[in-house]
Amino acid sequence: MRRIILGLAAILVFAGATARADDLTLTLKDHHFTPAELKVKANKRVMITVVNDDVTPEEFESKKLKIEKIIPGKSKGIVRIGPLKPGRYPFVGEYHEDTAKGVVIAE
Amino acid sequence: MLGALVIVFREVIEAGLIIGIVLAATRGVAGRGRWVTFGVGGGVLGATIVAFFAGAISQAFAGAGQELFNASMLGLAMIMLMWHNVWMARHGREIAAEMRSVGTAVSEGVKPLTALAIVVGLAVLREGSEVVLFLYGIMASGTSGSALLVGGLLGIAAGAAFTALTYFGLLAVPTRYIFSVTGWLIALLAAGMASQAAQYLNNAGLMVALDRVVWDTSWMLSEGSIFGRMLHALIGYTERPTEMQLVVYIGTLLAMYVLMRIARYSPREREVAV
Repeated sequence: MRRIILGLAAILVFAGATARADDLTLTLKDHHFTPAELKVKANKRVMITVVNDDVTPEEFESKKLKIEKIIPGKSKGIVRIGPLKPGRYPFVGEYHEDTAKGVVIAE
Repeated sequence: MLGALVIVFREVIEAGLIIGIVLAATRGVAGRGRWVTFGVGGGVLGATIVAFFAGAISQAFAGAGQELFNASMLGLAMIMLMWHNVWMARHGREIAAEMRSVGTAVSEGVKPLTALAIVVGLAVLREGSEVVLFLYGIMASGTSGSALLVGGLLGIAAGAAFTALTYFGLLAVPTRYIFSVTGWLIALLAAGMASQAAQYLNNAGLMVALDRVVWDTSWMLSEGSIFGRMLHALIGYTERPTEMQLVVYIGTLLAMYVLMRIARYSPREREVAV
């Protein structure tokens, strides 16, 4: 059991290490995402670090990216997406949909 | 205020549907009210704890903690639902007969209420922690919070009303059919949970095989709409299912069918029948 857990942890750490190569970051501040347009490589798995600079929690959500993730206030979360076909993939902060929105562009 | 109401209502729909179905599936079983209350109470407590540790959970396992946590919760609920249906396949007829002969109440402990209480608890925990975080966010942002908070609380009330609607809707089903109807609902619920869990594992960076999206029905019914959310909770509706999600969905239904057949045709059952 312990070995399985260690193995699992190793895989996850490895997954983390490999994706750090093309560092993609989205920052949420005053319920706005920067950058509002994020370009990623198509047909590849991509890791995005979502930094929440607000004190309030947010739910990063995109049906098209098949992601739903809570990012607590003053914290960050890692979102794994792809492989994506070339195209536009809108996302929102579900708790502040009016302002917290953006799009991932796969090309 | 309306915005907060809609956001919270959207989150509680899933738990509401599950509680309504569980209440209908345990119709006529004494002590079920206590078990369901226990499940809801445990879920709320758990949701608060999970919300409090949201940051820590999120950072665990190289940032995949939240996904793994959700997948585990869904997986556990799926197993409990499967257990319930298999158990009912074996004992359902006896219970239905007893319900007809002694009126509505069946002796306590006849049915594994614990399994369904756990399902209720997990549903409340998963959806509830998002509601807790949202409401906490409103309070943390200060001044303009009170109207939003009222909206959020009204959203919870609307969710409770929705639970009642589900329950009374299912009560309209005649006693003869109630267990087959709830059995089907529970099977679809379990399959939907399994496919959702598969996607969470994919998001966690595990189980990344078969990740091609098979179809896209977002033009027809958005998963974010209220009706889309309901179907999502009820049968696992996803606007863009991956191959893996479809495989897991069908696999869960098949596994449940096979297990129920085995349970139904056990030698013990035949002895009882003779």
